[in-house]
Amino acid sequence: MDWSAIVLSLRLATATTLILLVVGLPLAGWLALSHRRGRWAVDALVALPLVLPPTVLGFYVLVALGPRSPVGHAYEAITGSRIVFSFQGLLAASVLYSLPFAVQPFAAAFAAVDRNLIEAAWCLGASRVRTFTRIVVPLARPGIVAGVVLSFAHTVGEFGVVLMVGGNLPGSTRTVSISIYDDVQALDYARAGRTAALLLVFSFVVLAMTYRLQRHSGRAWPAGS
Amino acid sequence: MAGRLVASFLRRLAPTVSVRADLELDAGDHRVMVLFGPSGSGKTTILRCLAGLDRPQEGFIRFGEEVWFDRAARINRSPQQRRLAYVAQDYGLFPHLTVEGNIRFGMDAGSHTRDRAETILRTVHLEGMSQRLPTQLSGGERQRVALARALARDPRLILLDEPLAALDLPLRDPMRLELRQFLRSIDVPSVVVTHDRVDALTLGDRMAVLSGGYIRQVGPIHEVFSRPFDLAVAASVGVETVVPGDIVDSGNGLVTVRVGASHLRVAQAAVMPRSVFACIRAEDVILETAPRGDVSARNQLTGRVTAIQPDGGVVRVTVDCGFSLSALITRPACDELQLTEGAMVTAVVKATAVHLIPREIP
Repeated sequence: MDWSAIVLSLRLATATTLILLVVGLPLAGWLALSHRRGRWAVDALVALPLVLPPTVLGFYVLVALGPRSPVGHAYEAITGSRIVFSFQGLLAASVLYSLPFAVQPFAAAFAAVDRNLIEAAWCLGASRVRTFTRIVVPLARPGIVAGVVLSFAHTVGEFGVVLMVGGNLPGSTRTVSISIYDDVQALDYARAGRTAALLLVFSFVVLAMTYRLQRHSGRAWPAGS
Repeated sequence: MAGRLVASFLRRLAPTVSVRADLELDAGDHRVMVLFGPSGSGKTTILRCLAGLDRPQEGFIRFGEEVWFDRAARINRSPQQRRLAYVAQDYGLFPHLTVEGNIRFGMDAGSHTRDRAETILRTVHLEGMSQRLPTQLSGGERQRVALARALARDPRLILLDEPLAALDLPLRDPMRLELRQFLRSIDVPSVVVTHDRVDALTLGDRMAVLSGGYIRQVGPIHEVFSRPFDLAVAASVGVETVVPGDIVDSGNGLVTVRVGASHLRVAQAAVMPRSVFACIRAEDVILETAPRGDVSARNQLTGRVTAIQPDGGVVRVTVDCGFSLSALITRPACDELQLTEGAMVTAVVKATAVHLIPREIP
């Protein structure tokens, strides 16, 4: 079994999910709760990775982060190494690719929070930020958990973007799905099967535990579900 | 520090539908203003504009020295800046916070919030419930928590939207009086939205009647009920005489209420406080040209006719019998009695037709 690929995939998924929490919660809050003009454009932009083939997204990320692009050039000037075909480049691409899987469940959960409760908090003097962190986020917890699980699982399973941006460097960009693909290409079905089975069991256990937790918390947090 | 609310604004809900409000409200003796009207008349819109949750298209809202909203000066203060208490119809309790968590949410961060929360809980008779979740409370308890939470901020203005509508009927009577006493116990002006006549009569000192998107009449509550300004107001409050009175005697299921210079006998089994509103529906008043023989358990009130207003197939007659009494009689009856303004008549009202509404806790 390709342990280094498994560890790398988990590292990538964890980092992606953490970044998506930090970026996605405020973004989803803005999308769900504000009524600014131009919201539809941001909505569409966030949803884009859902419909784009991963190779298209990967291609643009490759171009945008390449050594000749301003971003890639600046990164290289600061760190002395290239961002494409590195773990950091892979991480950036996978955050973009999993964005809708985090933001859409977050936003749906925020939008489902009773508007009266938000207004009650305002009338009690709570700022918009405090209302968001103390009322909206706790009540949207089931939706946030769903978004976290989805983006984690989605990152573990991604293939096309990794192939375009990451290449296939063991230990830094060779993820589980690439490893399985390589094994199949090399006709090593036994090894591919073991890795695939592990991924299957892992995914099932994570999902099952999440649903179990959701069901438990559903009782204590009735208004959020 | 009591402030004075002066508001005059218009909010358009649709191109042809708008709500206009002109209100003035002080702390002091007439601090509870009832916004009365049928559903859809714009009561909640007015309340939300006062709270800062909706923005009017025209006009201004001032409170004391502060300008809360001014279209011309482009000022619109947020609900957070207005420091008021707004309690929505469903109370808006945070379901994931305990009673104590709900109450402390609105307090300025700092020391003693736990002690202050306990004190406030005692004033609304909820001591010992601080660790409960809202789902573990009854409707009446939830209302009290909502009030306690709103008051924990020392609000300068209290806005209540249908405060009793979410309660089961048996709970409404006691809660109504409790709320009245509560609103009278703090020297802060309040605006209470309701479409219920008894709620309005119990809670309010003054009343503004809303119909068709604007305030038709503002005045002391019994005056608005007894002397509707126009047909629209009469239609929404119902044609009824409402007069303040004092209970001077009671026994055998009959109480005597002094109303102005007259006394009314009322069939009333429940214990009533001294101060009441006596309500008499206009269709329950019978007019006679002369007093009849002594009829027990009936009130015979002699007075002068002050107004005769035809209203469809019936005629509304106002009689000054120590207080202004409205009677609704048919046209033939009016002709038969040969009523004219200034004529003396006797109004007969059954003791069971007088309805008393308590104004303070016994």
